[in-house]
Amino acid sequence: MTTTNVLFEVGLEEMPARFMNDTEAQLKEKTEAWLNDLRLNYDSITTYITPRRFAVVIKQLQSKQDDQEEEVKGPAEKIAKDENGDWSKAAVGFSKGQGKNVEDIYIKDIDGTNYIFVKKFIEGKSVDELLPAFKDIILDLHFPKNMRWADQNLRFIRPIKWLVALNNENVIPFDITGVKTGQVTYGHRFLGGKTVLSDPLQYEQLLEQEYVIADAAKREQLIVNGIKQLEKDKGWTIPIDYELLNEVKHLVEYPTVFSGTYHESFLEIPKEVLITSMKEHQRYFPVTNNNGDLLPFFVAVRNGTDEHIETVSRGNEKVLRARLQDAQFFYEEDQKLSIDRNIEQLSRMVFQEKLGTIADKVSRVTEIAAMISSKLGLDDQELRKVKRAAEICKFDLVTNMVTEFTELQGVMGRKYAEIFGEDKDVAQAIEEHYMPKNANAKLPESVTGAVVSIADKLDTIVGCFTVGLIPSGSQDPYALRRQALGVVQIVSDRKWKLNISDILEQIQVLFESHVKEEAEKKQVHHQLETFFKQRTAYIMKEEKIESDIIDAVLATELKGVSFLFAKASLLSAKRNDTAFKDKQEAFVRVLNLAKKAEPHYLVNQELFVNEEEHNLYKAYNQMKEDYAATLQSQAAEEALEVLGRLVNPIHQFFDNTMVMDENLQIRENRLALLLAIAQEIIKFADLAEINWKQSQA
Amino acid sequence: MNIQEMILTLQKHWSDQNCILMQAYDVEKGAGTMSPMTLLRSLGPEPWNVAYVEPSRRPADGRYGQNPNRLYQHHQFQVIMKPSPDNIQDLYLQSLEKLGIDPKEHDIRFVEDNWENPTLGAAGLGWEVWLDGMEITQFTYFQQIGGLEAKPVAVEITYGIERLASYIQDKENVFELEWTSGVTVGDIFYQPEFEHSTYTFEESNTDMLFTLFTTYEEEAKRTMEKGLVFPAYDYVLKCSHTFNLLDAKGVISVTERTGYIGRVRNLAREIAKLYVAERERLGFPMLKGESVTNDNN
Repeated sequence: MTTTNVLFEVGLEEMPARFMNDTEAQLKEKTEAWLNDLRLNYDSITTYITPRRFAVVIKQLQSKQDDQEEEVKGPAEKIAKDENGDWSKAAVGFSKGQGKNVEDIYIKDIDGTNYIFVKKFIEGKSVDELLPAFKDIILDLHFPKNMRWADQNLRFIRPIKWLVALNNENVIPFDITGVKTGQVTYGHRFLGGKTVLSDPLQYEQLLEQEYVIADAAKREQLIVNGIKQLEKDKGWTIPIDYELLNEVKHLVEYPTVFSGTYHESFLEIPKEVLITSMKEHQRYFPVTNNNGDLLPFFVAVRNGTDEHIETVSRGNEKVLRARLQDAQFFYEEDQKLSIDRNIEQLSRMVFQEKLGTIADKVSRVTEIAAMISSKLGLDDQELRKVKRAAEICKFDLVTNMVTEFTELQGVMGRKYAEIFGEDKDVAQAIEEHYMPKNANAKLPESVTGAVVSIADKLDTIVGCFTVGLIPSGSQDPYALRRQALGVVQIVSDRKWKLNISDILEQIQVLFESHVKEEAEKKQVHHQLETFFKQRTAYIMKEEKIESDIIDAVLATELKGVSFLFAKASLLSAKRNDTAFKDKQEAFVRVLNLAKKAEPHYLVNQELFVNEEEHNLYKAYNQMKEDYAATLQSQAAEEALEVLGRLVNPIHQFFDNTMVMDENLQIRENRLALLLAIAQEIIKFADLAEINWKQSQA
Repeated sequence: MNIQEMILTLQKHWSDQNCILMQAYDVEKGAGTMSPMTLLRSLGPEPWNVAYVEPSRRPADGRYGQNPNRLYQHHQFQVIMKPSPDNIQDLYLQSLEKLGIDPKEHDIRFVEDNWENPTLGAAGLGWEVWLDGMEITQFTYFQQIGGLEAKPVAVEITYGIERLASYIQDKENVFELEWTSGVTVGDIFYQPEFEHSTYTFEESNTDMLFTLFTTYEEEAKRTMEKGLVFPAYDYVLKCSHTFNLLDAKGVISVTERTGYIGRVRNLAREIAKLYVAERERLGFPMLKGESVTNDNN
């Protein structure tokens, strides 16, 4: 088998760093799938990506497809043969159409019918013919943000500057937006030059001579090595933030690590501000000592060599100095203001057009936090802290620092609150009320922070749902899903027995002015319950709870999320518990038969025929009150125990009663009784949803 | 190199690329983009290449001349080329070399930065250009203006003159920058900075400004109805600046704020549509014989 080496390179104006990992992965997948479809073997596919290019090298690609015999299906035999058993016109036509004779026809049975077939020889195509279609792979790449340029109609990540497509030393011809493929690539924008490629396998090496490290992993390694070297030479600690490293490696084609310094007096600014300035705004790595205290240095990566690196370093120092001067000024100015003055300003800041200002939000959050605190039975001291924390939780939004560094909301609130002499727990709660910041982030550590966090999130969620801002598909501009997830995580983590359904309803009252009718309010409440159940199911899945158990517990009303988790873990254990088999069978039987009942059926004692009916009904009436109490106190184990009192009467009932009696009245009455019991069981969980696995008793 | 020489250099450079050298537009505005030479002329199929210095007023950034980096009014050097030339990045980098910035001695990067101005219904994709870590230029391919699809695409290059000068002249304080031999930015602009800040934050007549906003808005609508695109647009710019003065003074409540921005945006969008329609009616005269159907209508 002869093989060939192939290179494709797309030269671009600088791509956004954040899309590059995904682009490279797509390039690899799509190339593999394409060659697979073409039935072409190869030794390896290597992808490359820098801000100005992406490329793929296919090593030892089979230079021609294997020849193939293809089976072509014709008409059914009864059409292919006339009454004499000779080939019909249809058969002759078919074989001719395939370039064959009737002698080549054979017959095969497909699902009980005979069809005629011919075998057709297909000569494998040469890659010369196939490779120009790589154009479609390029155009098929998906980018989250596309653009147009000049008078082109194409939407692509950035304008295409050059295309290289080589089959060994030969150019594979195609063009995109008028740019034709060739064998010329371009090196580093300032340090490299034009290079003619004549061997795909030389690609990486030739580019390196032109100051381009095409392999992203190699660039990353070079940066890490540079950082380690500085640590060694200077005795610094330079924590590597991998997100930042990933971005920085995609901002350069030829990385050189260097360091710079800033004035020690800036270390008086809170370190979060310094770190944000360095990392987020300048893409620098902060430097610390062994104890993690910031040192007045930074580490950055230049796109180029170390020539004139002092100029670059000085330039960067100057920029950072200007930023830190601003920050220092803001820090001093902010301390001249008071919390009260800032809170006054919140009435000037919009939260959401229909939901009023941040001040309006704060007053609702304060009310919600108080309501939750009283449900949790917090003591007076805790109540006071929650109230204060809720009242001032947003005051930092109008400080100069947060206006400039929005990502420091909460962090600055805590700092300033401490400076202004607020209680330490209150200050901490200001920072914590934004937690968790994403799915796996830290939860609030303090009770105060947890309560205000839930209150703030619930306010946003209920408010947005009320005015119709409900997340759908990828549309979730207020991050309501993340916030609901946060609420569920905090509540279940703390095992708080909060009745979320009631709380949602109470919060809805705060938005009553937006609602015209009671029916609308009910609908919103239903949407909210569903939304929280979905979030709960999501977390349960993450925690490896099986989906049938999740379905079973979520079939109930949303009383409390902790309760749902408790029920789920209890049922997970019972699923394999032989001792529970007897109970499970009784409940599931009731649930299944109750499905035959109409919702309007009512129990009429006078229609009972046998003793077992009376006994079951009695048992049902006797357990109801206790059962309701266990549900109210969200005691999973106890609730299941109380339900268990029905097991014997249920078994006896089924042993002695024919539910589907011929007499319609008796039948409906029996179904009514089962329905009433089923409705109680469902309040715990829809046990019929569970795939029980107890071994045979 | 002083600021005057910088401007002369940039003008020469872009003039050599066949850009029309325009003067600053004589109505107050927050950015060079808002000049009709950019905002309106970027629309429609006609080619358009232009360069100009634009004094840009941002009342909320006024700091009484006390802040080394912030100004009530700064200068932008604005370039628009439509359709965007294939070698536009190279043309831009050549301009930096002419300003004495040798790319080999520095670290110049194109870092993703997408630009959006909801007030003008405008959006674009591109970069901020970093010179040794400092943002010196905004580089944008317009995708949408005044709510209309930009086709062909115009590229906009906006140099921050004072920023760039602070690097070239190695000065920490904007007021110490040399404008021309023996004259600093401070000499020329310190007093207006102080006075405009005082006016904006303390002395502006709020009632008058509110009245002006409404008056300008009405006049914009009226002239628009008469099909007078450019006069109408002038009044939209006046609305926008009046709003900025009111906003900086902090006299516009939150709910009102959204309303005011929406009013300016609607006017700008209407005018954008009107402009394209008017150019089409005139037969897109700058196409000079090429026939192009307009996709925007």
